[in-house]
Amino acid sequence: MSALRHALIAAALAVGAVQAGPIDAAKSRITAQFTQMNVPVEDPFTRFSGTVDFDPAHPERARAHLDIDLSSFDLGDPDYSAEICKPEWFDCAHHPRASFEASALEPLGGGRYALSGTLSLKGKTQDLRIPVTLVNLSGANAFDGAVTISRSHFEIGGPDWKDVVADAVKVSFHIVIPTH
Amino acid sequence: MPDSSTISSPDGPAYTRTAVALHWLIAALIAVGFAIGLVVSDLPFSPQKLRWVAYHKWIGVTVFVLAAVRLLWRLTHRPPPWVAMPAWQLVAAKFSHALLYTLMFVLPLLGWLFSSAAGVPVVYLGLVRLPDLVAKNKALADSLIEMHVNCAWLLCGIVAVHAAAALKHHFLDRDDTLRRMLRWTAPGAPR
Repeated sequence: MSALRHALIAAALAVGAVQAGPIDAAKSRITAQFTQMNVPVEDPFTRFSGTVDFDPAHPERARAHLDIDLSSFDLGDPDYSAEICKPEWFDCAHHPRASFEASALEPLGGGRYALSGTLSLKGKTQDLRIPVTLVNLSGANAFDGAVTISRSHFEIGGPDWKDVVADAVKVSFHIVIPTH
Repeated sequence: MPDSSTISSPDGPAYTRTAVALHWLIAALIAVGFAIGLVVSDLPFSPQKLRWVAYHKWIGVTVFVLAAVRLLWRLTHRPPPWVAMPAWQLVAAKFSHALLYTLMFVLPLLGWLFSSAAGVPVVYLGLVRLPDLVAKNKALADSLIEMHVNCAWLLCGIVAVHAAAALKHHFLDRDDTLRRMLRWTAPGAPR
Protein backbone atom coordinates (compact mmCIF):
# COMPACT_ATOMS: atom_id res chain seq x y z
CA MET A 1 0.00 0.00 0.00
CA SER A 2 2.68 2.39 1.05
CA ALA A 3 4.69 1.44 -2.01
CA LEU A 4 1.73 2.23 -4.26
CA ARG A 5 1.27 5.63 -2.63
CA HIS A 6 4.94 6.38 -3.10
CA ALA A 7 4.67 5.41 -6.71
CA LEU A 8 1.65 7.65 -7.21
CA ILE A 9 3.32 10.61 -5.55
CA ALA A 10 6.44 10.03 -7.58
CA ALA A 11 4.34 9.90 -10.74
CA ALA A 12 2.60 13.13 -9.79
CA LEU A 13 5.91 14.84 -9.09
CA ALA A 14 7.31 13.58 -12.36
CA VAL A 15 4.48 15.23 -14.26
CA GLY A 16 5.33 18.38 -12.39
CA ALA A 17 2.72 20.91 -13.32
CA VAL A 18 -0.43 19.04 -12.36
CA GLN A 19 -3.05 21.49 -11.21
CA ALA A 20 -6.13 20.40 -9.36
CA GLY A 21 -7.87 22.71 -7.03
CA PRO A 22 -9.84 25.86 -6.58
CA ILE A 23 -9.46 28.75 -8.99
CA ASP A 24 -8.12 32.05 -7.71
CA ALA A 25 -11.45 33.88 -7.85
CA ALA A 26 -9.99 37.16 -6.65
CA LYS A 27 -7.70 37.32 -9.67
CA SER A 28 -10.18 35.83 -12.11
CA ARG A 29 -12.79 37.73 -14.03
CA ILE A 30 -16.11 36.82 -15.61
CA THR A 31 -18.07 39.44 -17.49
CA ALA A 32 -21.14 39.56 -19.69
CA GLN A 33 -21.40 42.05 -22.51
CA PHE A 34 -24.91 42.81 -23.66
CA THR A 35 -26.00 45.28 -26.28
CA GLN A 36 -28.78 47.78 -25.71
CA MET A 37 -29.79 49.81 -28.78
CA ASN A 38 -26.40 49.00 -30.31
CA VAL A 39 -24.64 50.22 -27.19
CA PRO A 40 -22.28 47.54 -25.87
CA VAL A 41 -22.23 47.36 -22.08
CA GLU A 42 -19.89 44.98 -20.27
CA ASP A 43 -20.38 44.25 -16.58
CA PRO A 44 -18.79 41.75 -14.18
CA PHE A 45 -20.03 38.92 -12.04
CA THR A 46 -18.37 39.62 -8.71
CA ARG A 47 -18.97 36.23 -7.01
CA PHE A 48 -18.07 32.90 -8.51
CA SER A 49 -16.08 29.84 -7.57
CA GLY A 50 -14.73 26.78 -9.25
CA THR A 51 -12.24 23.99 -9.40
CA VAL A 52 -9.96 23.11 -12.25
CA ASP A 53 -8.11 19.87 -12.77
CA PHE A 54 -5.62 20.55 -15.51
CA ASP A 55 -2.35 18.96 -16.48
CA PRO A 56 -0.65 20.66 -19.45
CA ALA A 57 0.85 17.29 -20.37
CA HIS A 58 -2.59 15.64 -20.50
CA PRO A 59 -5.12 18.26 -21.53
CA GLU A 60 -7.56 15.56 -22.57
CA ARG A 61 -7.96 14.65 -18.89
CA ALA A 62 -8.79 18.23 -17.91
CA ARG A 63 -11.93 18.77 -15.90
CA ALA A 64 -13.39 21.98 -14.57
CA HIS A 65 -16.45 23.14 -12.75
CA LEU A 66 -17.53 26.73 -12.33
CA ASP A 67 -20.39 28.23 -10.31
CA ILE A 68 -21.49 31.80 -10.86
CA ASP A 69 -23.66 33.64 -8.36
CA LEU A 70 -26.14 35.37 -10.67
CA SER A 71 -27.18 37.95 -8.09
CA SER A 72 -23.61 39.23 -8.22
CA PHE A 73 -24.00 40.63 -11.75
CA ASP A 74 -22.92 44.21 -11.12
CA LEU A 75 -24.57 46.68 -13.48
CA GLY A 76 -23.08 49.59 -11.55
CA ASP A 77 -26.42 50.63 -10.07
CA PRO A 78 -28.27 48.82 -7.24
CA ASP A 79 -31.63 49.34 -9.02
CA TYR A 80 -30.35 47.70 -12.19
CA SER A 81 -28.74 44.83 -10.33
CA ALA A 82 -32.01 44.22 -8.45
CA GLU A 83 -33.93 44.23 -11.74
CA ILE A 84 -31.68 41.58 -13.23
CA CYS A 85 -32.62 39.12 -10.43
CA LYS A 86 -36.35 39.35 -11.23
CA PRO A 87 -38.12 36.27 -12.65
CA GLU A 88 -38.08 37.58 -16.24
CA TRP A 89 -34.30 37.91 -16.12
CA PHE A 90 -32.12 35.56 -14.06
CA ASP A 91 -34.86 34.59 -11.59
CA CYS A 92 -32.26 34.42 -8.82
CA ALA A 93 -34.82 33.15 -6.28
CA HIS A 94 -35.28 29.89 -8.20
CA HIS A 95 -31.98 29.72 -10.05
CA PRO A 96 -29.36 31.45 -7.91
CA ARG A 97 -26.39 30.06 -9.80
CA ALA A 98 -25.23 29.36 -13.30
CA SER A 99 -22.74 26.57 -13.69
CA PHE A 100 -20.32 25.38 -16.31
CA GLU A 101 -19.11 21.80 -16.36
CA ALA A 102 -16.12 21.35 -18.63
CA SER A 103 -15.78 17.91 -20.15
CA ALA A 104 -12.97 18.21 -22.68
CA LEU A 105 -10.04 20.40 -23.55
CA GLU A 106 -8.70 19.87 -27.02
CA PRO A 107 -5.27 21.35 -27.80
CA LEU A 108 -5.16 23.44 -30.96
CA GLY A 109 -1.49 24.40 -30.67
CA GLY A 110 0.24 27.60 -29.66
CA GLY A 111 -1.42 27.72 -26.25
CA ARG A 112 -4.87 27.63 -27.76
CA TYR A 113 -7.48 25.05 -26.85
CA ALA A 114 -11.09 24.25 -27.58
CA LEU A 115 -12.95 23.91 -24.31
CA SER A 116 -16.12 21.83 -24.40
CA GLY A 117 -18.66 21.78 -21.66
CA THR A 118 -22.21 22.35 -20.59
CA LEU A 119 -23.59 25.64 -19.39
CA SER A 120 -26.57 25.45 -17.04
CA LEU A 121 -28.49 28.67 -16.60
CA LYS A 122 -32.01 29.31 -15.39
CA GLY A 123 -32.98 25.66 -15.67
CA LYS A 124 -31.77 25.33 -19.26
CA THR A 125 -28.58 23.81 -20.53
CA GLN A 126 -26.45 24.30 -23.60
CA ASP A 127 -23.38 22.47 -24.82
CA LEU A 128 -20.68 24.95 -25.72
CA ARG A 129 -17.36 24.72 -27.47
CA ILE A 130 -15.29 27.72 -26.50
CA PRO A 131 -11.92 28.78 -27.91
CA VAL A 132 -9.60 29.52 -24.99
CA THR A 133 -6.01 30.63 -24.64
CA LEU A 134 -3.69 29.43 -21.92
CA VAL A 135 -1.69 32.28 -20.45
CA ASN A 136 1.28 31.64 -18.21
CA LEU A 137 1.42 34.02 -15.29
CA SER A 138 3.93 34.00 -12.46
CA GLY A 139 2.75 31.33 -10.03
CA ALA A 140 -0.39 30.68 -12.00
CA ASN A 141 -1.90 29.81 -15.30
CA ALA A 142 -4.96 31.47 -16.72
CA PHE A 143 -7.51 30.49 -19.30
CA ASP A 144 -8.87 33.39 -21.32
CA GLY A 145 -11.86 33.01 -23.55
CA ALA A 146 -15.21 34.28 -24.66
CA VAL A 147 -18.43 32.73 -25.86
CA THR A 148 -21.61 34.25 -27.23
CA ILE A 149 -24.89 32.89 -25.96
CA SER A 150 -28.50 33.64 -26.75
CA ARG A 151 -30.75 35.30 -24.16
CA SER A 152 -33.83 33.71 -25.65
CA HIS A 153 -32.38 30.19 -25.39
CA PHE A 154 -32.20 30.64 -21.63
CA GLU A 155 -35.39 32.75 -21.49
CA ILE A 156 -33.55 35.69 -19.97
CA GLY A 157 -35.31 39.03 -20.35
CA GLY A 158 -39.00 39.40 -21.05
CA PRO A 159 -40.56 40.23 -24.43
CA ASP A 160 -40.70 43.94 -23.51
CA TRP A 161 -36.94 44.05 -23.76
CA LYS A 162 -36.62 42.34 -27.11
CA ASP A 163 -36.35 45.55 -29.13
CA VAL A 164 -33.99 47.26 -26.70
CA VAL A 165 -31.53 44.56 -25.64
CA ALA A 166 -29.99 42.33 -28.30
CA ASP A 167 -30.36 38.56 -28.06
CA ALA A 168 -26.65 37.81 -28.25
CA VAL A 169 -24.69 38.17 -25.03
CA LYS A 170 -20.94 37.73 -24.99
CA VAL A 171 -19.55 36.11 -21.87
CA SER A 172 -15.82 36.65 -21.37
CA PHE A 173 -13.66 35.07 -18.74
CA HIS A 174 -10.16 35.12 -17.35
CA ILE A 175 -9.85 32.16 -14.98
CA VAL A 176 -6.69 32.05 -12.89
CA ILE A 177 -5.46 28.69 -11.64
CA PRO A 178 -2.65 28.80 -9.08
CA THR A 179 0.25 26.45 -9.87
CA HIS A 180 1.11 24.18 -6.98
CA MET B 1 -21.88 86.02 -50.46
CA PRO B 2 -22.32 87.02 -46.80
CA ASP B 3 -19.19 88.45 -45.29
CA SER B 4 -18.26 89.67 -41.86
CA SER B 5 -19.92 93.04 -42.32
CA THR B 6 -23.26 93.60 -40.64
CA ILE B 7 -26.19 92.54 -42.73
CA SER B 8 -29.13 94.88 -43.18
CA SER B 9 -32.64 94.32 -44.35
CA PRO B 10 -35.26 97.00 -45.02
CA ASP B 11 -36.40 96.44 -41.42
CA GLY B 12 -32.99 97.10 -39.93
CA PRO B 13 -29.99 94.96 -39.00
CA ALA B 14 -30.74 91.27 -39.42
CA TYR B 15 -29.48 87.88 -38.48
CA THR B 16 -28.76 85.50 -41.33
CA ARG B 17 -31.40 82.84 -41.84
CA THR B 18 -28.79 80.25 -40.86
CA ALA B 19 -28.25 82.01 -37.54
CA VAL B 20 -32.00 82.22 -36.89
CA ALA B 21 -32.52 78.58 -37.84
CA LEU B 22 -29.64 77.41 -35.63
CA HIS B 23 -30.90 79.50 -32.71
CA TRP B 24 -34.40 78.02 -32.71
CA LEU B 25 -33.34 74.50 -33.64
CA ILE B 26 -30.84 74.36 -30.79
CA ALA B 27 -33.35 76.00 -28.43
CA ALA B 28 -35.94 73.34 -29.26
CA LEU B 29 -33.43 70.50 -28.90
CA ILE B 30 -32.24 71.83 -25.55
CA ALA B 31 -35.84 72.10 -24.31
CA VAL B 32 -36.66 68.53 -25.38
CA GLY B 33 -33.33 67.17 -24.16
CA PHE B 34 -33.78 68.87 -20.79
CA ALA B 35 -37.34 67.55 -20.42
CA ILE B 36 -36.28 63.99 -21.26
CA GLY B 37 -33.32 64.21 -18.90
CA LEU B 38 -35.56 65.45 -16.10
CA VAL B 39 -38.11 62.66 -16.57
CA VAL B 40 -35.86 59.66 -17.25
CA SER B 41 -33.62 60.24 -14.27
CA ASP B 42 -36.57 59.24 -12.04
CA LEU B 43 -37.84 56.35 -14.17
CA PRO B 44 -37.37 52.81 -12.87
CA PHE B 45 -35.15 50.50 -14.91
CA SER B 46 -37.22 49.57 -17.95
CA PRO B 47 -36.94 49.31 -21.74
CA GLN B 48 -38.55 52.77 -21.92
CA LYS B 49 -35.85 54.21 -19.71
CA LEU B 50 -33.03 52.80 -21.86
CA ARG B 51 -34.76 54.08 -24.97
CA TRP B 52 -35.26 57.62 -23.65
CA VAL B 53 -31.76 57.77 -22.23
CA ALA B 54 -30.51 56.91 -25.73
CA TYR B 55 -32.67 59.67 -27.28
CA HIS B 56 -31.39 62.11 -24.64
CA LYS B 57 -27.80 61.27 -25.59
CA TRP B 58 -28.51 61.60 -29.31
CA ILE B 59 -30.04 65.03 -28.72
CA GLY B 60 -26.97 66.03 -26.71
CA VAL B 61 -24.61 64.98 -29.50
CA THR B 62 -26.75 66.88 -32.03
CA VAL B 63 -26.69 70.03 -29.88
CA PHE B 64 -22.92 69.75 -29.54
CA VAL B 65 -22.41 69.50 -33.32
CA LEU B 66 -24.91 72.26 -34.10
CA ALA B 67 -23.32 74.46 -31.44
CA ALA B 68 -19.96 74.02 -33.16
CA VAL B 69 -21.50 74.95 -36.52
CA ARG B 70 -23.22 77.88 -34.88
CA LEU B 71 -20.06 79.15 -33.23
CA LEU B 72 -18.18 79.00 -36.54
CA TRP B 73 -21.07 80.74 -38.27
CA ARG B 74 -21.15 83.45 -35.63
CA LEU B 75 -17.41 84.02 -35.89
CA THR B 76 -17.70 84.45 -39.66
CA HIS B 77 -21.03 86.30 -39.80
CA ARG B 78 -21.27 89.29 -37.53
CA PRO B 79 -24.63 89.46 -35.73
CA PRO B 80 -26.59 92.74 -35.72
CA PRO B 81 -25.33 95.25 -33.17
CA TRP B 82 -26.77 95.34 -29.66
CA VAL B 83 -29.77 97.60 -29.25
CA ALA B 84 -29.23 100.59 -27.01
CA MET B 85 -29.41 99.60 -23.34
CA PRO B 86 -27.87 100.53 -19.98
CA ALA B 87 -24.26 99.42 -19.53
CA TRP B 88 -25.08 96.84 -16.81
CA GLN B 89 -27.65 95.20 -19.08
CA LEU B 90 -25.12 95.02 -21.89
CA VAL B 91 -22.62 93.38 -19.54
CA ALA B 92 -25.31 90.95 -18.32
CA ALA B 93 -26.37 90.18 -21.90
CA LYS B 94 -22.81 89.51 -23.06
CA PHE B 95 -22.13 87.40 -20.00
CA SER B 96 -25.28 85.29 -20.37
CA HIS B 97 -24.67 84.76 -24.10
CA ALA B 98 -21.11 83.63 -23.36
CA LEU B 99 -22.47 81.26 -20.70
CA LEU B 100 -25.13 79.91 -23.08
CA TYR B 101 -22.50 79.15 -25.70
CA THR B 102 -20.21 77.58 -23.11
CA LEU B 103 -22.96 75.35 -21.73
CA MET B 104 -24.02 74.23 -25.23
CA PHE B 105 -20.60 72.57 -25.36
CA VAL B 106 -19.97 71.73 -21.72
CA LEU B 107 -23.30 70.03 -21.01
CA PRO B 108 -23.10 67.44 -23.81
CA LEU B 109 -19.41 66.96 -23.04
CA LEU B 110 -20.18 66.18 -19.37
CA GLY B 111 -22.87 63.77 -20.52
CA TRP B 112 -20.40 62.07 -22.84
CA LEU B 113 -17.76 61.90 -20.07
CA PHE B 114 -20.36 60.45 -17.69
CA SER B 115 -21.41 57.84 -20.25
CA SER B 116 -17.80 56.76 -20.65
CA ALA B 117 -17.19 56.63 -16.88
CA ALA B 118 -20.45 54.70 -16.38
CA GLY B 119 -19.35 52.14 -18.98
CA VAL B 120 -22.33 52.86 -21.25
CA PRO B 121 -20.79 54.37 -24.38
CA VAL B 122 -22.62 56.85 -26.61
CA VAL B 123 -23.68 55.33 -29.92
CA TYR B 124 -25.11 58.21 -31.93
CA LEU B 125 -28.43 57.24 -33.51
CA GLY B 126 -27.50 53.64 -32.71
CA LEU B 127 -24.99 53.85 -35.57
CA VAL B 128 -21.85 55.75 -34.68
CA ARG B 129 -19.98 54.75 -31.57
CA LEU B 130 -18.23 57.71 -29.95
CA PRO B 131 -14.88 56.91 -28.35
CA ASP B 132 -14.79 56.61 -24.58
CA LEU B 133 -13.19 59.71 -23.09
CA VAL B 134 -12.33 58.10 -19.75
CA ALA B 135 -12.15 54.55 -18.40
CA LYS B 136 -15.05 53.04 -16.49
CA ASN B 137 -14.97 54.44 -12.96
CA LYS B 138 -17.98 54.47 -10.64
CA ALA B 139 -16.80 57.31 -8.38
CA LEU B 140 -15.92 59.48 -11.38
CA ALA B 141 -19.27 58.68 -13.00
CA ASP B 142 -21.10 59.76 -9.85
CA SER B 143 -19.38 63.14 -9.75
CA LEU B 144 -19.72 63.66 -13.52
CA ILE B 145 -23.47 63.06 -13.49
CA GLU B 146 -23.78 65.48 -10.59
CA MET B 147 -21.88 68.13 -12.58
CA HIS B 148 -24.02 67.34 -15.64
CA VAL B 149 -27.22 67.84 -13.63
CA ASN B 150 -25.94 71.03 -11.97
CA CYS B 151 -24.92 72.48 -15.35
CA ALA B 152 -28.33 71.52 -16.76
CA TRP B 153 -30.06 73.53 -14.02
CA LEU B 154 -27.64 76.40 -14.59
CA LEU B 155 -28.51 76.30 -18.31
CA CYS B 156 -32.20 76.20 -17.40
CA GLY B 157 -31.74 79.32 -15.27
CA ILE B 158 -29.76 81.22 -17.92
CA VAL B 159 -32.30 80.28 -20.60
CA ALA B 160 -35.05 81.65 -18.34
CA VAL B 161 -33.13 84.93 -17.90
CA HIS B 162 -32.41 85.04 -21.66
CA ALA B 163 -36.10 84.51 -22.53
CA ALA B 164 -37.28 86.98 -19.89
CA ALA B 165 -34.88 89.61 -21.24
CA ALA B 166 -36.10 89.03 -24.80
CA LEU B 167 -39.72 89.47 -23.68
CA LYS B 168 -38.81 92.60 -21.70
CA HIS B 169 -37.12 94.07 -24.80
CA HIS B 170 -40.15 93.20 -26.88
CA PHE B 171 -43.04 94.24 -24.63
CA LEU B 172 -41.56 96.89 -22.34
CA ASP B 173 -38.75 98.48 -24.34
CA ARG B 174 -40.57 97.78 -27.62
CA ASP B 175 -37.28 97.39 -29.47
CA ASP B 176 -36.18 95.04 -32.25
CA THR B 177 -34.32 92.46 -30.10
CA LEU B 178 -36.82 89.61 -30.25
CA ARG B 179 -38.35 90.52 -33.60
CA ARG B 180 -35.06 90.22 -35.45
CA MET B 181 -34.57 86.70 -34.11
CA LEU B 182 -38.05 85.84 -35.42
CA ARG B 183 -37.57 87.52 -38.81
CA TRP B 184 -37.30 84.84 -41.44
CA THR B 185 -38.73 86.13 -44.68
CA ALA B 186 -37.47 89.69 -44.57
CA PRO B 187 -37.02 90.82 -48.17
CA GLY B 188 -33.40 90.92 -49.13
CA ALA B 189 -32.34 88.97 -46.04
CA PRO B 190 -29.49 86.71 -47.01
CA ARG B 191 -29.58 82.99 -46.41
